[in-house]
Amino acid sequence: MADKLISKIPDGPLAEKWTKRKSEIHLVSPNNKRKLEIIVVGTGLGGASAAASLGELGYNVKVFCISDSPRRAHSIAAQGGINAAKNYQNDNDSVYRLFYDTIKGGDYRAREANVYRLAEVSAAIIDQCVAQGIPFAREYGGYLANRSFGGVQVSRTFYARGQTGQQLLLGAYAALNRQIAAGTVKSYPRYEMLDLVLVKGEAKGIIARNLVTGKLERFGAHAVIIATGGYGNTYFLSTNAMNSNGSAALQCYKKGAFFANPCFAQIHPTCIPVHGEQQCKLTLMSESLRNDGRIWVPKKLEDVKRLRAHEIKASQIPEEDRDYYLERRYPAFGNLVPRDVASRAAKERCDAGYGVNETGKAVFLDFSEAIERLGHQRVAERYGNLFEMYEKITATSPWEEPMMIYPAIHYTMGGIWVDYDLQTTIPGLYAIGEANFSDHGGNRLGASALMQGLADGYFVIPVTIGDYLSKKFLEPKTDVDTPEFAAAEKAVQDRIDRLFAINGKMTVDSLHKKLGNIMWDYVGMARDEAGLKKAIKEIAELRKEFYANVKVPGSQYEFNQELEKALRLEDFFEIGTLMAYDALNRNESCGGHFRVESQTEEGEAKRDDANFMYVAAWEYKGEGVEPELHKEPLIYENIKVVTRNYKD
Amino acid sequence: MEFNLKIWRQKNAREKGHFETYHISGIEEDASFLEMLDILNEQLIREGCDPVAVERGCKSSGPVSFDHDCREGICGACSLYIDGRAHGPDDHVTTCQLFMRHFKNGATITVEPWRSAAFPVIKDLVVDRGAFDKILQAGGFISVRTGSAQDANNILISHDKAEESMDAAACVGCGACVATCKNGSAMLFVAARVSSLALLPQGRLEAKKRVKAMVAKMDELGFGNCTNTRACEMECPKGISVSHIARLNREFLKAKFSD
Repeated sequence: MADKLISKIPDGPLAEKWTKRKSEIHLVSPNNKRKLEIIVVGTGLGGASAAASLGELGYNVKVFCISDSPRRAHSIAAQGGINAAKNYQNDNDSVYRLFYDTIKGGDYRAREANVYRLAEVSAAIIDQCVAQGIPFAREYGGYLANRSFGGVQVSRTFYARGQTGQQLLLGAYAALNRQIAAGTVKSYPRYEMLDLVLVKGEAKGIIARNLVTGKLERFGAHAVIIATGGYGNTYFLSTNAMNSNGSAALQCYKKGAFFANPCFAQIHPTCIPVHGEQQCKLTLMSESLRNDGRIWVPKKLEDVKRLRAHEIKASQIPEEDRDYYLERRYPAFGNLVPRDVASRAAKERCDAGYGVNETGKAVFLDFSEAIERLGHQRVAERYGNLFEMYEKITATSPWEEPMMIYPAIHYTMGGIWVDYDLQTTIPGLYAIGEANFSDHGGNRLGASALMQGLADGYFVIPVTIGDYLSKKFLEPKTDVDTPEFAAAEKAVQDRIDRLFAINGKMTVDSLHKKLGNIMWDYVGMARDEAGLKKAIKEIAELRKEFYANVKVPGSQYEFNQELEKALRLEDFFEIGTLMAYDALNRNESCGGHFRVESQTEEGEAKRDDANFMYVAAWEYKGEGVEPELHKEPLIYENIKVVTRNYKD
Repeated sequence: MEFNLKIWRQKNAREKGHFETYHISGIEEDASFLEMLDILNEQLIREGCDPVAVERGCKSSGPVSFDHDCREGICGACSLYIDGRAHGPDDHVTTCQLFMRHFKNGATITVEPWRSAAFPVIKDLVVDRGAFDKILQAGGFISVRTGSAQDANNILISHDKAEESMDAAACVGCGACVATCKNGSAMLFVAARVSSLALLPQGRLEAKKRVKAMVAKMDELGFGNCTNTRACEMECPKGISVSHIARLNREFLKAKFSD
């Protein structure tokens, strides 16, 4: 099966690969595009921009989302910004530098060619978004403003206050709306994809549940695009939206699409700490705050004790008694080190006993110096809405006391394996945005998720899918009254019937919380062999408990949120197990994946390029059976692979 | 903390709804309103599968359905009418950013869905806001094809105009303005989009066509008229100003007079 991992990376110099591939790709004429149908699942930045752009080209698109409107997709919650190699700041930025930063930030576990293409199309994304009317921040002269993000030394991030994801998504959603009005795209809100349908080994449609009526429905097409985001909610507590899930991707995996680097999950350093047992969602504070905020814990344990007992406030601790540990450990990048590095450093301080809240799991993010330097108004312009949000949630004002933050699960770099065309190992099935694995390696840099979603949707998939569809325009519309569709629908129906039949005593959420605890303890910020093996065993046991004792109230044929959650949790068990297998196999520390067995004397992550410079692509072998590993070697021809250094 | 929750229950769009009252205790002050509902649902599911409780006459309608997603105040999915106010007693927040510390211990809290002819109930507290999508499909966009844009810095926009446009673009499409308005008007929602685009040079070319199409669609979908009560502005979680309605009206009149 290893021959399935053909990455289709074009030959030739790096900077010419995309141009070369585009020139090779066969075209579909306008009159034939009208005959072709494409299903897009998900309406975040990737899905909405893909559906809109494909509709503009003249294809017949069906777009599905689980929420009541495409505009609610979780891209909306991205705060800080979007990267692009515009070099508007004259700070020596370039396509190469954005490419280099992304490969290095990803700890040399992403494909050179894909990342270079991402950097190459980045500038056009900003042009497109401005033309759509997205109100990016402006300088007083009317030109676009930029800021910095972690892991880079230039200012290339474009932003719309702390609501960049919202504005970009509303832009893509507007483009989508225009196509819906034009009749090229048909929108199916409140539909959840529950299976992928293959005909003769190719993706030809999906089974989706109408979340309002509960009916299962069949949809056929000539190709299917998965744009359903990541699987961070495997951990129960994460910054993902409550309904974000990995189910569509997992159905593809079960139908034969390989799943790549599942253990690469990003733990974001600046989230509001967990407040108690009743919590179900963590809130991110934008990375952009690290532009001006300084991260610290007290130097003295006695100050920590007094803080926890509420005897003193952070602002009362004198400057010389503060440990700005990122500035101390990583002087070249300071507070703007990449997310994985910042998260581990926070954990290190808290594990050493310096955590500043009652749970011992929090560090300070302090703006007092910035307020003094920039003044109240400029700080408010940059971060006002984030300060307000923090105050609403914690009832503490960042204007007076530093924020408290702690790392939390935020993003998954792993995902469905795709080739250079973003096609999976199943012909006709594509994966874009966070749902695929391709661009971020072991760690994603800030403001790059929005860039990737829109790059894939606006500029890559509309071109590459043509190569496949150019061979399909003589095929008639996919008939859904076939044994393949009937079998897939029956499998989903059996799954649903099984869940209702259990009629146990445990709620879905209570079981999901247990899964989350296993994941955070053993597949979280520090992983080791014994813990990972334990995780696999404990998840299997928990899954048994789920099938013996879960309670799914109500019926299938109604709006039933508990049924939705139960189906997703079934898939999270599988994803969690897969993550643990991958983490167990990858006995090196790399990006967000930290193996305790593989670290330097100073406690920094130690990569093992000799043994692990590959993409781990997993093939499903059945429930309860260990998946099979396939390796795609990573070859670096244009970049020297070195140890990541943010110290000097 | 403990509360009595008087919650609207409605099986689907066809059946009549009613209030049911539940008691809940052990709620942390720092819990959000939706976390409190999660806990209530856990309780209702457990009760629903307890044969003793059922025998005692417990006639739970099962867990309460409510829309929610990001829980960060930005997706616009959550939509509850709490104690007579859209998104509850705190100002300028969505329900997911409302915390139990804003309620008195032991209080009775009434929770209803958005009530508007244009937003039919799907179940319990979940309503269908598809009408908003339809209004935006009528013209809430700039017609630019992917790939045809010029360099971003070729379009200069003053700092203040961009900020003003952003003020309007902050709308999350939750529908609180409609639910709050005694006329069930969607003027603030429509105005936010029209105004945000009208303030930018890119949006000017289609401004007349856009405003007429969106207003016509709004009227067609059964939203009421605006009588300038400004209740929408008060309850908008993003604090979107009614000055955008004034701009909408100007844009609309300009478009009509140039016909």
